Amino acid sequence: MYQFSGKLKTIALALMVLGAVGIISGFLSTPSSVEEVKEQLHHAQNAHGGHGEAKVEHHEATDAHADHHTEASHDTHGHDAHGHADEAHHEAAPSHGEEAHGDSHAEHVFHQLKNRPWAALYVACMFFFGVTLLVLAFNAIQRVAQAGWSIVLFRVMEGITGNLLPVTIILLVLLLLGSAHVHHLFVWMAPGTVDPTAANYDAIIDGKSWWLNVPGWTIRAIVYIAGWNIYRHLSRKASLAQDNATDLVNYTKNFKMSVAFLAFFLFTESMMSWDWIMSLDPHWFSTLFGWYVLATFLVSAVTVIAMVTVYLQSKGHLEYVNDSHIHDLAKFMFGFSVFWTYLWFSQFMLIWYADMPEETTYFVQRFEEYKLPFLLMIPMNFIFPILVLINSDYKRIPNFVIGAGVVVLLGHYTDVFIMIMPATVGGEWFFGLPEIGAILFFLGLFIYSVFTSISKAPLLAKGNPFLHESETFHY
Amino acid sequence: MSNKVVHALYNDDDILMDAVKKVKEKHIHIEDVFTPFPVHGLDKAMGLPHTKLAITAFLYGLTGLSFAIWMTNYMMIQDWPQDIGGKPNFSWFLNMPAFVPIMFELTVFFAAHLMVITFYMRSRIWPFKAAENPDVRTTDDHFLMEIAIHDNEEELKSLLSETGAVEINVIEKH
Repeated sequence: MYQFSGKLKTIALALMVLGAVGIISGFLSTPSSVEEVKEQLHHAQNAHGGHGEAKVEHHEATDAHADHHTEASHDTHGHDAHGHADEAHHEAAPSHGEEAHGDSHAEHVFHQLKNRPWAALYVACMFFFGVTLLVLAFNAIQRVAQAGWSIVLFRVMEGITGNLLPVTIILLVLLLLGSAHVHHLFVWMAPGTVDPTAANYDAIIDGKSWWLNVPGWTIRAIVYIAGWNIYRHLSRKASLAQDNATDLVNYTKNFKMSVAFLAFFLFTESMMSWDWIMSLDPHWFSTLFGWYVLATFLVSAVTVIAMVTVYLQSKGHLEYVNDSHIHDLAKFMFGFSVFWTYLWFSQFMLIWYADMPEETTYFVQRFEEYKLPFLLMIPMNFIFPILVLINSDYKRIPNFVIGAGVVVLLGHYTDVFIMIMPATVGGEWFFGLPEIGAILFFLGLFIYSVFTSISKAPLLAKGNPFLHESETFHY
Repeated sequence: MSNKVVHALYNDDDILMDAVKKVKEKHIHIEDVFTPFPVHGLDKAMGLPHTKLAITAFLYGLTGLSFAIWMTNYMMIQDWPQDIGGKPNFSWFLNMPAFVPIMFELTVFFAAHLMVITFYMRSRIWPFKAAENPDVRTTDDHFLMEIAIHDNEEELKSLLSETGAVEINVIEKH
C-alpha cells in the first residue's frame, strides 16, 4: 500500500492556497466600470504618444497587424479582432482606427478584462479535467484491448482518475455560472442574441440555437459528467473487487463496461468539445475539432501517467514496473505527439489553404494576437518530443521521460489556452497571476486527489488474468 | 591449410538458444547461425552488436526533408514565383503550410527507401545472388550453428553433442 506522504500533502495544499490567492487577486484586479477602462486607455494613449492600440501588451499585436496584412484577408481581420464578440456586448462593430478610443472600444475592452480571471480559471480547469478524463479513457482502452503490458500500471491510472470527480464538479459549477449569467465566457448565451427585435440580435447564433441553447447545453453538460463519473466509480469498484475474487466475474464485467464507456465517451468527448470549447467562438466551426481536442488531452494523459509512474517507482512503490513499461509509455507519448501535430496541422492547413473568411478569422486572430504561444506550440508539442523520444534508449531513461513530459504538458496547456483565450479575452490576454494561480490551484487539487486515491488501494491489481504477463513484460 | 568447419543441426529454437549460450560460455567463436525464422533474443545470446540501421534512416529522413525544402523553395519561390490562386510566394515561410505534405512524404520516402537499400547492401542481397544456405533444411525446420575448427575437432564435437544437436557434420570449406 502506498502512503500519501505528509510532505507531498503539504505541497499539494500549499499549491492550492497559493493558486487560490492568485485566482482571487485576478478577480480583484478587474476594472469595476467602463469609466475605469476609459481612464486606463486614456493614460496608455498619452503615455505612448497616441499609439493605435491602448495597452502595453498590445505592442506585439499591433506590429503583427501591420506585418501580416499580406497573409490575411484585410476586411475579415478588422471585423474579427475587434468585432467578433460585439453581438454579445451590445455594440455595433466599430471600424478599427477611426473610433478606436470611443465608448464602444472601451466597453469592449471592459468586457474582455472582466472575462480574464474567469477564462484563466476555465483554461486551467479544462486542461486538468481533460487530462483526467483521457486517463480514464486510456485505461478503458487498455482493458478493452486486453493489453498485456499495462496491468501493473492499472492502479496508477485508476488513481489518477480519482481527480475526475472533484475537477468535474468544479467544471460543472463554472459552466452553470455561465448559464446563470454570472460570467460571460459564452457570448451566445448573452440575452438578446436570438431575439430578432433586440439590438444585438445575431442571425448566425439564432440559426444554431437548436443546439446552442442554455437549457439543452446545461442538460448535456450534466449528462456527460454524470456518465463519465458513473463509469469511473463502477470500473474502480469492479477492479478492486477482482483483487480477492476467485473467478473472473468482475473482470468480465469491467471489460463490458469499458466497451460501453468507450462508445459513450467518443460521442460525448466530441460533443463536449463543441459545447465547452468550440461554442466560445459561435460563428466558427470545424469538423475535426473533437478529434483535435481528444489528441491534445490524450498525449497529456499518457504523459501524466508516465510521470506519476516514474515518481512512484522512484519512491520504490512499483516493484513490478521495469524500464520496458516506461519505454511503452514513452512510445505512446511520442506517437500521440505526432498524432496531435497531424490533427492540429490538418485543421490549420485546410483553413489556411482555402482561406474562406468565416473560417480563417479564427486563425487570423490567433496568429496576430497570440503569435508567440501559437508558434511556440510547434517546437514544444512536436519538434522537442520527437527529437528527445525518437531514440529507443532515451525512452527508457526516467529523466528523459520526465523532461519531455514537462515540455509536452506546458505545450498542451498552451494549446488549451489558445483554444479558449482568444474568444474570451481577445487581445487583452497576458500570462500573469490569474493564469498561474489557476494552474497552481488545479495542480494542487490534482496531486491531492490523485495520491489520496492511489493510497486507498494496493498498487498491484492482483486479480487480473494478464497480470503475470505484465509483471514479466520486457521489450 | 584446410578450412574445416563443424555444422551442428538442431530441431528446436529453445535448444538452439541454450546451445549458443553454452558455446559462448566456453569462449568459442560462432561463425554463423542459420534459422528458418527469427529467433527472439538470438542476436543478444550471440553477442552481436546492435544494428545502426535506424540511425541511417534518421539521417536519410533529414536528407529527404532538406531536399524537399530546397526543391519547393527553388521551384515555387526562386525560379518562377507565379501567383497561383493567391497563395503568398514572397518567401518560403509564407507559403510553408502548402509545402508540408511534400516535405513529409519526401522525408518518409528517403528514409524508407534508402534504409531498405542500405539493408540490402549491408546484407549482400540482390537478384540472382547465389543462395548461401549450407543445408536446405535450415529454411524449413532445422537450425544450424557453424563453428570453425582449430585443431579441436573432437572436443568441439563432444561439446556440441552435449548441447542436444541432432546432427554434427564436419565440412571442408573452400
